[in-house]
Amino acid sequence: MKRKVKDQGHSQGKLTRRTAVMGGLQLAFVGALGLRMRHLQVDQADQFRLLAEENRINIRLIAPTRGELFDRNGKVLARNVQSYRLIIVREDAGDVDQVIANLSKLVRLDPGELEQAMVEMRRSPPFLPITLADRVTWEDLSRVAVNAPALPGITPEVGLTRVYPRGPDLAHVVGYVGPVSDYDLEKIEDPEPVLRIPRFHIGKVGLEAKQEDLLRGKAGAKRVEVNATGRVMRELDRQEGQEGADIQLTIDAELQAYTQARLKGESASAVVIDCETGDLRAIVSSPSFDPNLFVQGISVADYSRLRDDKYRPLANKSVQGVYPPGSTFKMVTALAALEAGSVSPNDTVWCPGHMEISGRRFHCWKRGGHGHMDLLNSLKQSCDVYYYDVAIKVGIDRIAEMARKLGIGVRHDIPMSAVARGLAADKAWKQETYGQNWQIGDTANASIGQGYILASPLQLAVMSARIATGRKVTPRLVKSIDGVEQPNLSTEPLGLNENNLRQVRKGMFAVANDRRGTGYRSRIIEETMRMAGKSGTSQVRNITKAERAAGVISNADLPWERRDHALYVAYAPADNPKYAVAVVVEHGGGGSSAAAPIVRDVMLQALYDGTPPLEAYPTGDRDRIQAQQEELQRDQDEREISQSDRA
Amino acid sequence: MSYLEYNVKSTPTGLRKILYLNWPLTLLLITVASVGFLQLYSVAGGSLSPWAEPQMKRFALGMTAMLVVAMVPIWFWRNMSVVAYLLSVVLLIAVELVGIEGKGAQRWIDIGFMRLQPSELMKITLIMLLAAYYDWLPARRTSHPFWVLVPVMMILFPTYLVLRQPDLGTSILLVTAGGGLMFLAGVHWAYFAAVIASGVGLVTAVFESRGTPWQLIKDYQYRRIDTFLDPASDPLGAGYHITQSKIALGSGGWTGRGFMQGTQSRLNFLPEKHTDFIFTTLAEEFGFVGGISLLSVYALIILFCVASALATRDRFSSLLTLGVAITFFLFFAVNMSMVMGLAPVVGVPLPMVSYGGSAMLVLMVAFGLVQSAHIHRPRGRSR
Repeated sequence: MKRKVKDQGHSQGKLTRRTAVMGGLQLAFVGALGLRMRHLQVDQADQFRLLAEENRINIRLIAPTRGELFDRNGKVLARNVQSYRLIIVREDAGDVDQVIANLSKLVRLDPGELEQAMVEMRRSPPFLPITLADRVTWEDLSRVAVNAPALPGITPEVGLTRVYPRGPDLAHVVGYVGPVSDYDLEKIEDPEPVLRIPRFHIGKVGLEAKQEDLLRGKAGAKRVEVNATGRVMRELDRQEGQEGADIQLTIDAELQAYTQARLKGESASAVVIDCETGDLRAIVSSPSFDPNLFVQGISVADYSRLRDDKYRPLANKSVQGVYPPGSTFKMVTALAALEAGSVSPNDTVWCPGHMEISGRRFHCWKRGGHGHMDLLNSLKQSCDVYYYDVAIKVGIDRIAEMARKLGIGVRHDIPMSAVARGLAADKAWKQETYGQNWQIGDTANASIGQGYILASPLQLAVMSARIATGRKVTPRLVKSIDGVEQPNLSTEPLGLNENNLRQVRKGMFAVANDRRGTGYRSRIIEETMRMAGKSGTSQVRNITKAERAAGVISNADLPWERRDHALYVAYAPADNPKYAVAVVVEHGGGGSSAAAPIVRDVMLQALYDGTPPLEAYPTGDRDRIQAQQEELQRDQDEREISQSDRA
Repeated sequence: MSYLEYNVKSTPTGLRKILYLNWPLTLLLITVASVGFLQLYSVAGGSLSPWAEPQMKRFALGMTAMLVVAMVPIWFWRNMSVVAYLLSVVLLIAVELVGIEGKGAQRWIDIGFMRLQPSELMKITLIMLLAAYYDWLPARRTSHPFWVLVPVMMILFPTYLVLRQPDLGTSILLVTAGGGLMFLAGVHWAYFAAVIASGVGLVTAVFESRGTPWQLIKDYQYRRIDTFLDPASDPLGAGYHITQSKIALGSGGWTGRGFMQGTQSRLNFLPEKHTDFIFTTLAEEFGFVGGISLLSVYALIILFCVASALATRDRFSSLLTLGVAITFFLFFAVNMSMVMGLAPVVGVPLPMVSYGGSAMLVLMVAFGLVQSAHIHRPRGRSR
């Protein structure tokens, strides 16, 4: 398209004219801005300077009080206590080094804290208060008050500090708070101003972090007039903030404490779930740590000790740890097969101690074999060959589907850190992850909870509760928020055939009560509280052909980290399930010997809501149990004494 | 004029192009950015982190982007206009669908290595498209109702998307810059008069109806407008910024309190002291002299753009350069008015000074286009 020169010239001229108009407007605006600037900065300067110098109006944020945490019976799990800290205003202090030197003669100042304060001081204007020492004792405070004339610029301030009165018991559940770090601020888009208050504490892990929004509350603000030294002259107005919500957990602190004590010395975890409501009565991971150490900032030595411990105290094994569930998975395989109609409870399989599957030999844990096995016996004696056979008939996809239905391989929505998903592997998963086809041998491994199958103790407890009730028991950690009861989500039926469930429950009952059951030695003899359970022992190593020929090395002869994981899941009372319990002892050896006694003890403690009578235990065990109970009681007494010291 | 008419032979080629950059403009940009570094250093209490250093790196990146864009012939950019505009629209729609929430608004999309703010991109591509449109449209059709409606739609569609995010500042910028370009292109006065008159009429009607039975909007909406227009009525909320900002400015006086001597206590809980309100710290520390100097540098940047636009005979180049100038003008004019209490607080940064990557990068690319137009302007034989 070719334009006429005239047309072009015309539009060029018009453009120039319009540009002149536009430019004129812009220039006028710039002029107006300049005049306004002059008005503010020159004409009104004196007035504003007066405002700035003598009567600075300042907004001070009022930090909200953090919500407190309680257990299901109203016992305090986390609260705020008044603490005193010493602050310094550089401007008022004059010779800061001299003042600090004077102060350190009276009060022991933490060198790390002091260094941090010096850094803060260099970076902020002279009239901003900087914390010199946190959590000062009453004696120290009085000493400072008496010597005030020698300490210009130093003032005591009252603040709130988070305290976890139950110490290590709930460290993994509740987590802890700590000062906002630069890293935290970066993660949050548009952080609230309150987060910028020096040393404001927010939840770092666990429930404290997951429910941060509820617990924190809303900051208030007050407008104050301050004079040139930064002293508040008067308060102009104030907007009250909103306190954080109090949260009541489903946890029973006493049961939690007992379980924690019972797991002492092991790298283990335990979960107790209420079969009716899904309430988590106890979630324990052992060993634990003291969350109070983290509130102020933990020392490097303490931290590296926790980090380098091979028992991993910082990890929350009960919801974050995943393990091959071993034989505790056999209920899943059995239910999948029964539901699909691939087997009936009375069908038997011959167990010669091993089974050939596509050219590979899969072994039963019992070398000599179990002989004829039906469903009941296979669960009771935990025969592996029966499950290889059944699993191949029903196929992995149905087993994985059943696992997910029972709560394995799905992430349960509870407000704790790093809740694991576990893995209910199926054909599609393997294709997606490894680009390989599912092998029949993989099915055999999965049928006994080895290979690709992974579950957390929480998931195993959920699985047991679901088998026990036939309902979709959904774990719940928060009982009420500010007194508002949270909904019970555990009423929906699973949609499994009641007859099939009954067969599996019969098997689990036999495990724990039949003379030949793997859990017989850890039974409950109180008739109204009989337990149904299932043991599991999951390998963490491959047993070579050569080793098998020479005789499998027993766990006691292996180094700790190569021993088998011990697992046990159970529910009780068997005829009217109240609680389900899952215990995993890392590298603990056999499930029936290492994990089952713990499950039994915890279960009884839960059922009796306190120390159970010895009559609930089998006659032969009573002496041993009594000694154990006394020892645990002693431990707990000692701990209570040390806790009252801290408070 | 089609690109065949460009006197290609007499435009510089290769690295020689660098010699033909609009050097005064480049130096002015560097000056403004340096003022930004200085203030960010001061606001951080005399520290390169957390703001000054990243800002320098971004400026280096922006400079590189500007040079790269400048080296590419302007006719290439004209041919890309439609594609660039459509791309921005697609990205804006993508923000609706997969955007990241921030500051209560959905503005970003994550493209792996960085966060992209398509509304920023829209500011240039809209200018490019309108410039290309009026370059293509024969001048005698400029004021034909249909040919006026087309660019209006081009402006309003992305504005609507931006408003939904919601981002009032950018919406105002888009409409005003687009309208300004239409004005420059020669659309008849009457259209602008009509729009302005009906706007004024609507606002008057809304306010006149207040309290009468035929009230046009709800009470709480009025209250919101009140605090928006008069922040002082909400002293703990919106008004706090403005009051503190005015005190900071005022206490600066003629020559200010000196570098890093601003008592920023009042700004301490002002989250935007390094972004939208950075001018207050400058005016406090360097006073009226400092403030007026920065304003003059901004005005000079506009002036050099206008000069460059008038020196070229290529219509696309002229309109594009003027469009960039308008956008730049709106940035600092709105920001300064806001800081000085002349306009309500809408989130518009001080161009090239406020901390922030997206806005600076986009401006540098825009100036790259201006430079490209300058380097590749028709030269020689006839004038």
